[in-house]
Parts: sequence; structure tokens; C-alpha cells
Amino acid sequence: MRKEILDVLERNSRIDLGELAKMLGQTEVAVANEVAEMEKEHIICGYHTLIDWEKAGAEKVNALIEVTVTPQRGMGFDKIAERIYKFDEVDSVYLMSGGFDLMVMIEETTMKAVANFVMQKLSALESVRGCATHFVLKKYKDHGAVLVEDAVDERMSITP
Amino acid sequence: MRNPLSDVITEVKPSGIRKFFDIVSEMKDAISLGVGEPDFDTPWHIREEGIYSLERGRTYYTSNSGLKELREEIARYLERKNNLKYDINHEIMITVGGSEAIDIAMRAMINPGDEVIIPQPSYVSYLPCVQLTHGVPVIINLKEEDEFRLTADELRAAITDKTKILVMPFPNNPTGAIMTREDLEEIAKICVEKDIFVISDEIYSELTYGDAKHVSIAEFDGMRERTIVINGFSKAYAMTGWRLGYAAGPELILSQMLKIHQFCIMCAPTTSQYAAVEALKNGDEDVERMTEQYNMRRRFLLEELKSMGIECFEPLGAFYIFPNIKKFGMTSEEFATNLLKEQKLAVVPGTAFGDCGEGFIRISYAYSMEQLKVALERIRAFAKDHGVE
Repeated sequence: MRKEILDVLERNSRIDLGELAKMLGQTEVAVANEVAEMEKEHIICGYHTLIDWEKAGAEKVNALIEVTVTPQRGMGFDKIAERIYKFDEVDSVYLMSGGFDLMVMIEETTMKAVANFVMQKLSALESVRGCATHFVLKKYKDHGAVLVEDAVDERMSITP
Repeated sequence: MRNPLSDVITEVKPSGIRKFFDIVSEMKDAISLGVGEPDFDTPWHIREEGIYSLERGRTYYTSNSGLKELREEIARYLERKNNLKYDINHEIMITVGGSEAIDIAMRAMINPGDEVIIPQPSYVSYLPCVQLTHGVPVIINLKEEDEFRLTADELRAAITDKTKILVMPFPNNPTGAIMTREDLEEIAKICVEKDIFVISDEIYSELTYGDAKHVSIAEFDGMRERTIVINGFSKAYAMTGWRLGYAAGPELILSQMLKIHQFCIMCAPTTSQYAAVEALKNGDEDVERMTEQYNMRRRFLLEELKSMGIECFEPLGAFYIFPNIKKFGMTSEEFATNLLKEQKLAVVPGTAFGDCGEGFIRISYAYSMEQLKVALERIRAFAKDHGVE
């Protein structure tokens, strides 16, 4: 049941639990318990809203920063990753394979704020050897949702 | 002027669905649960393969029986799913949808006067296809208490000396009924005993729910040589508009079907065939994902209808439910017409699929949950207005 619940919640975290229970052929209590259990286990880590800020008229600048670091003895990358993800500006931090080590995503209101973060905070960290900052120009698809077009049901209304 | 028309075609009744379609399309802000095709777009990797084939300039005919690569994939698929082995050179052909396969199978097998048993409610094309070949359709009225399965007794009662073919429409459109291995075993025995051929329309084979996986009647002893298995890409891979299906069966029959296909069609659309290769090679996960979605909607709809006091047996296949609406005191057609007028919601009356569909309507759940919820509210209001709770 867990996988089914998660599959649905990943796309629609606001779904009514009674409705979800009917979809899964379970009781509402059973589904609610399972969800609560998964929240406790941090399998479900939060319920966020996917917002098209551009449409909302808000200024948002998104950047992906490729960071190369020197891992520390006994800590690997975890310690330096923590130093980075503790900054409020940082949305996500991933450890990567390939040409750089950490992918840091940040969201700010201006390009200057991003630049300041990179110059004053990120590059200033002792273990950080280099940064390459890429700005997002346009979001086409985010978290599985296409942002640039509306789905229209173009089927004929009645077919055999 | 002389009558330009043939007697046989003028005797064929127009589809009962058509009439409804005309009303719905006239009506503004009507919503519909009346479609017989998936709401999903064809998965992108399949579409992309179609696009690529066009870019490569693969814009020519294929062989009459279809791309060899596709026939190979179909052979693998049928072996993997149903443990059925077919020779790709003589026993598999690609058609323009399952519909063409139904038509040419009948034309290849029916002599004037041959009886063809058609269980109903079922898809709208079997009956006219029999009529066009001057065959004699013999209808079996499936029953709700049997969950719209075909029983051995019903089949025996319908067989005469002239019976030649049995149409097996499972998983069923419009009822959502399936046949289990046990159900089919008895039917298969009778077919062998009475020397009857089977046209098995398995277009919804991928869409079954619960533990019941689809079983083909061709799997049973003595059946492979007397069965034309018909399937296609429309329902499983959401590829209705690509118009691609196939038939698999003994060479004796397939070679004659291929003759008709050769003269009437030439070959199925080439772009679609290339896309279908990709569907069979890499489409399992898509089918699984879509089936899961259908299953959730199916359970949701059943529960909701039950809570409104509308009865329905649990369908385990296709993407339809077939609720009993007799307690509304209306015919199926009246129900559908009133629902459309009063709540602006279109469903298909059960009678569009045979007289025994009287008292039932077909509801398709090839719709998003959001669409279904809006529609259900309208049904709830309708039930309330007509004193059903």
C-alpha cells in the first residue's frame, strides 16, 4: 500500500484521504495511519506547493552551482555539504558523480543576491575549491509538471 | 434513378452511439464519460520513435503483413504473455486497428448462412461485420448475475448445426467483464467438441485488475488452430489514433485474411508500425503505470456509485463500469438523455451494445480524477432528483 500512497501523494499532496482510501480500496483509517507512519519515519519529508513564480509576478532568480570541494578526512563530503545546506538561501544540495562534487541550487530575488552568496559565502568556505554558477533562464517542466502548456482533452466526447 | 445502394448495407443499423454524439456535441459545457479511448497521451518515447521514422524518411509501404521487426516483437509478446507461439512469416499480420482484423477475419471465414455467435453486450462492430458477409448473427444475452461472463450452458444452447464462429469479446467493452481460466476452459472444450472457430478480441488484454491476469482462449488444448487472436496498441499503449492492431492465428485462415488486407488496405500505416515496435520493446512500464491509474479510478467510482445507491457488479477489465440503473424507472436511453439534459453529463446507454444492455449504462473511467469527481457530483444530483439514494 505504501508505494501506491506515495505515488499518488507525490503528484497531489492535497488529496483528501477519504478519496485516496477509495482509490486504493482501503479504509480511510488505514490510509491515514500509513501516512502518519511514513511522516514519522521521514519517508514523507514535507508537503510543498509547486508555484510558477513567473506567472505570480514575483522576481525569482534560480541558479545551479557546480561546486568542487576537498573532502575532509573521516567525513567525506558530508561535513562540507552540511556547511552549505545550512544556508537558508540554499534549496537543495546533491552529491554528484562526474566533473564536480556538489550541485547546489539556490533561489534568490536578484542576480546580485546570487552573486553575493557565491562570492561571500560559498567560495569563502575553506574546503570549496571552485564554483561554476549557472542561471536558469526559463522553466519548462518542474517536478514532473509541464509549466508552459495547459492540458486539454481533445478527444471526441463519445466513442464506442 | 436506380437505387444505388446494396440491400445488405441498408439493412445494417447505424451505430446507436452516433446519435448521442450528435446531441452532446451540440450542447455547450456538457461533460462526458462516454469515450472508449484512453485519456493518456501516447507515451513520449513511442511518439518520438514515430517522429524519428518520419525524419528518416520511412514513408513507404511495408510488406502486406507488416514490418518484420514488429511481427517479431508481437510474437515475443504473445509468447511472454500467453505462452502462445506463432510463426512470424505466416501466422501474424498487422492491421489497421483491431477493427480491421475483426472485419477481415469474418470475411475470410463466413459463408452466407453460417451462424456466428456474438455474446452481448459487446463492441458495436461484430454484428454489422457478420451481416456484411451474409452470415447469420446469433446473439447470446449475457447476464448481470453471471457478471456478464459467457457460461457453458448459454453457449451450448446457442449452438446449431450451422454454427461456425464464436466471437469472444473479453475483457469486455462495455461491461468490463473478464473470463477467468476456469471459465474459458469450459468454453474451449465446447468449441473443440462442436468444431467451432473463435475470433477472440483481446484488445483490452493488458487492462485487468486484481490478481486476474488475462488468459487467451487460444491457450487451451485444441484451440490454437481454431482461434484468431486479435489485439492492438490502442488501449494498452494509448495509441488509438495511430490505428494499429494485429491478428495471430493459423496460416490456413491468416493467409486468406492477408489476401483481403492486401487488396483493401495494402499495409498498416508505416509510422505507426515503427512506433509500435518501440511500444512493445520498452512500453511495459507505461502500461503498468496507466493500469494502476485506471485501477484507482475504478475503485473510486465503484465506491462512490455504491454510496449513491447505484448498483454495479465489480468489473475487472477494460476501463468501463456498467451500472444497473433499473431503479430509476427509465430505459437506458431515457436515463442517458435525461442525465444529459438535466446535468449535462453524457454516458452511453447500455442498449448501444445490444438489446440486453437495457437497464444499464456504460461509464468510462478513461478520465482524470478531477473530471471524474465533477461527473460524479452530477450523477449524485441526478440520483437525488429522481429519488434514488
